[in-house]
Amino acid sequence: MEYRQYVIGVIVSNVSGVLSRVSGMFTRRGFNIDCLTVGETESAGFSRITVAFRGDNDIRDKILKQLEKLHDVKEVEVLDPNDTVIRELLLIKIRNSPATRQDIMTAVEIFRSKIVDYSPTALICELTGETSKIDAFIELMKPYGIMEMCRTGIVAIERGDNCLKTIKMK
Amino acid sequence: MRITGAKIVVETLIEQGCETVFGFPGGQVIDLFDELYLSSDRIKHILTAHEQGAAHAADGFARATGKVGVCIATSGPGATNLVTGIATAYLDSIPLVAITGNVPCSLIGRDSFQEVDILGVTMPVTKHNFIVKDIRELADTLRSAFKIAKSGRPGPVLVDIPKDVQTAKWDFEPKPDPVRPYPLCFASENKLRRAAELINSSEKPFIYFGGGIVSGKASKELLELSEKIDAPLGSSLMGLSAVPYDYPRFLGMNGIHGHYASFTAQNEADLIIALGVRFSDRAAFGTEKHPQIIHIDIDNAELDKNVTADLSIEGDINDALHRLIPMLAEKRHPEWSERISELRTEELRRNEAARGQTTAEGALTPDEIISIIRSKASEDDIIVTDVGQHQMWTAQLYPLRKPRTFLTSGGLGTMGYGMGAAIGASTATGRRTVLFTGDGSFGMNLNELATAVSQNTPLVAVIFNNGILGMVRQLQTRFCDSRYSATVLSRKTDFVKVAEAFGAKGGRASDAGELRRLAEEAFAYSGTFIIDCTVSCEEVVQSPLQDSNE
Repeated sequence: MEYRQYVIGVIVSNVSGVLSRVSGMFTRRGFNIDCLTVGETESAGFSRITVAFRGDNDIRDKILKQLEKLHDVKEVEVLDPNDTVIRELLLIKIRNSPATRQDIMTAVEIFRSKIVDYSPTALICELTGETSKIDAFIELMKPYGIMEMCRTGIVAIERGDNCLKTIKMK
Repeated sequence: MRITGAKIVVETLIEQGCETVFGFPGGQVIDLFDELYLSSDRIKHILTAHEQGAAHAADGFARATGKVGVCIATSGPGATNLVTGIATAYLDSIPLVAITGNVPCSLIGRDSFQEVDILGVTMPVTKHNFIVKDIRELADTLRSAFKIAKSGRPGPVLVDIPKDVQTAKWDFEPKPDPVRPYPLCFASENKLRRAAELINSSEKPFIYFGGGIVSGKASKELLELSEKIDAPLGSSLMGLSAVPYDYPRFLGMNGIHGHYASFTAQNEADLIIALGVRFSDRAAFGTEKHPQIIHIDIDNAELDKNVTADLSIEGDINDALHRLIPMLAEKRHPEWSERISELRTEELRRNEAARGQTTAEGALTPDEIISIIRSKASEDDIIVTDVGQHQMWTAQLYPLRKPRTFLTSGGLGTMGYGMGAAIGASTATGRRTVLFTGDGSFGMNLNELATAVSQNTPLVAVIFNNGILGMVRQLQTRFCDSRYSATVLSRKTDFVKVAEAFGAKGGRASDAGELRRLAEEAFAYSGTFIIDCTVSCEEVVQSPLQDSNE
């Protein structure tokens, strides 16, 4: 079967330990995660976890079923890649030197990135976008000297009025 | 009514219908044990020798009755000692509520004395677990624990209660009834119809069933199905006791240590109807032919997990069978039945041949032990095993008739399971338990003899004493060129003296006559009796999978 990346949205009770339960399930059952993010939702009692992983249909279904079994997991959905807004945030610190500054500024502009900190020796750029855009920007910055960077991993939400809600409460 | 957290725990347990708990006290549960003491007229606490024994006893209690078993331990080592018992229950889908004390909230996370993150430790082996840091949530959390434990596919739930929550006070309003499980999931009508089509067009159907038939109370429906479509049945280890051993279409346990006929029929079938099973790797197929598979189970995550079925149906097994059976055509499969008879004949021939090989002087054979014990035991006696060769011999040979009369650690394969489980089962039912064990397994938790004697448990423990760790040794014979690393027990343990030292009775048998006399005495005795049977170390568990790599 064909391997591809899946992005799933998971609504969980906002209780202590829930992240361990979800991430532990992946470890325990030998499923690999590309990235996992978690944050608050519109309802106070629930958090939303976005997980990206590579696999085939079979692996995807196994993951969904195992997630649905967890008591704190209220809703799981595979997000349709063609109909989902996927974003990631990058903060990247690049060496600031007169020789390269202009090139960096040009790239920043083209990528619609932003310089959020400026010092004589370093620049911090902020960039949001899909994973491929972030990857491309990082690649471009490599020659200028990346001092450090961090990226959030993806968050994703489906277009239109299709919402991932806690429809069926356990 | 404003009462302490400890009292809330006890009152909630009583409210949930719990009459017996198994446990061991400690510093962080003294308040809870104080309340158990004060309420001893309404709830019975059984002190075990070790927390592992308490967990297995709660498990045995649950297996013998279908109710939720409850065990209690203190923080730290008390809690970690429960873990093997909890994992045993988890792998076999047994409803359990384990309550642990913990250090006061203010000391959590500081590596305090006897502190352990039991929530983290048990996360992979529980259906769910809780820590209660707010007394206002205590009663409802315990109720949730019972609800989760008994809903859908049952399993263990742990509730960790820090000491300050046990001593704090809060309002408690008892509920009139125990919590009800979450509503059952029912199989889709369309899928059942498709199942019926597959079954109706099958010429060589085979029913493979498991523990789900026992916990789903579907024995009667299972037999009805088998009858109507003329299909032979084979069970997983966990399915044993769900149907009477002498039901004509029942071929016994399948899998790598199963019956030849059952194993082979499963491989020759054109359709496997898998009911309440999870296709454990021990129930291996091992052939090149892939029959069609219909899989019905209450746990959606088990469907297409180990084996991809042609038709997977999530739903309560009892309901599914009730609705499926009327959709099926009454069938007879003369050729298939003929083939099954041939397989049974071949199985008998193989058994005879194997028997000839292993008879030894001055020792009992597994067949002899089981048939002699069976002749003294009643059908209602609960059969418990430990783990190893004796377990497989019991599973293969003991004539089981009634659901919930066979208790064994199937999934986790926990040596040392038997003593605790036997005590729990006997406590729950008031009936006698017969524990088949080995010298290896028995050595692991024989301390629970202390519990059995203090409870005057009607328990006959039959030790298959062959001086070796036989199951591992069998593997070493095949895969390590007979280098028996650490499986030869050069011990001088005298189990008869052990029995006496603990205040039980005991005797040793090395031939059929002696065993008959001892069994007579043991089954007439009201307390705990150990029969130490000498078995040759050359006895091996037969496998239908002679050429496998397992």
